[in-house]
Amino acid sequence: MKSFTLLLLAAALLWAAPGRAQQVSVIKFADLQQRLSRQNDTTYVVNFWATWCAPCVKELPLFEQLGTSQAGKKVKVLLVSLDYASQLDKKVKPFVQKRGLKSEVVLLNESDPNSYMDKVDPKWSGAIPFTLIWNGKKNRRATFERKFTQAELTAEINKFL
Amino acid sequence: MKKLLSFFPALLALALLTGFVADPTGYQVGDKVADFKLKNVDGKMVSLADDKAVKGYIVVFTCNTCPYAKAYESRIIELHQKYAPKGYPVVAINPNDAATVPGDSFAEMKARASSKKYPFPYLQDETQQVARTYGATRTPHLYVVTRQGSDFVVSYIGAIDDNSEDAKLVKTKYVEQAMTDLLAGKPAATNSTKAIGCTIKWKKS
Repeated sequence: MKSFTLLLLAAALLWAAPGRAQQVSVIKFADLQQRLSRQNDTTYVVNFWATWCAPCVKELPLFEQLGTSQAGKKVKVLLVSLDYASQLDKKVKPFVQKRGLKSEVVLLNESDPNSYMDKVDPKWSGAIPFTLIWNGKKNRRATFERKFTQAELTAEINKFL
Repeated sequence: MKKLLSFFPALLALALLTGFVADPTGYQVGDKVADFKLKNVDGKMVSLADDKAVKGYIVVFTCNTCPYAKAYESRIIELHQKYAPKGYPVVAINPNDAATVPGDSFAEMKARASSKKYPFPYLQDETQQVARTYGATRTPHLYVVTRQGSDFVVSYIGAIDDNSEDAKLVKTKYVEQAMTDLLAGKPAATNSTKAIGCTIKWKKS
């Protein structure tokens, strides 16, 4: 019995430890575009950010909180890092680890923003943070080239649910 | 007449709301730009109309603190060195609210301009009105304006080139392409591009 408790404890520790830390996959725009066109009843919240962007970093906890505040609802967060791919191991992975980000993080490996930005949204001028919310089934889509407050983000998400 | 006069303030208010204040898009290519008067790091006020000899300007919204602006800093200096002798000097404008970003204060701007030996004016857009009028959203964000009589008209808006990380890996130099066209007396074939940058740090209202 005692050894069983120990085993449980060990298992719990393993779960909580960085073993569960988020992986960061590096993707090209074609992969992202495929994901941005999903037509189902999930509401996707896609935030474009970078470790060097102060307002983005400040805003990240809001997206992280969606995981708990919208639990049970079909809301999925994707954090798209626009850091240079050369900074993946040096900056992005340590950042994600340190902040314990639970949302999915990908790094978009494209050197010319001009090649994809219009395909995300013609209205996107190029500033980050930039956020895209959409629901394929409801045929609803909105973009925001600014930082959210908690209340603003909740209000916007609620329009999709 | 009395009726008309009383109507006028309402019209004016409407014009202010729709025409000047609430235009989120800013200038488009082909638009005439309004001149400005902004303080340079040397303490002097600078306007586009100051230099009667220029053919135009390369107006860059940039700052001290954004990694993208820093990545492009030497390329902005090179643009000035290449195009000022051809009649298109660079004018750099820092629109960031210094209360939000202390690193973009006037004193820090002076320090940056002097340590990097900026060969062009580096102006503080303290009220942020110029950036709003242009429709600048990020740093760096670049506008080429060309003289037409006593006016300046927007000829190019956007990015400097297609690789911010490494100048050596650039395939397309957007501004240089546009400048080649403009100096040949033609409109820029590619007159608008996009690039990632740092959000302009607007004053909190």
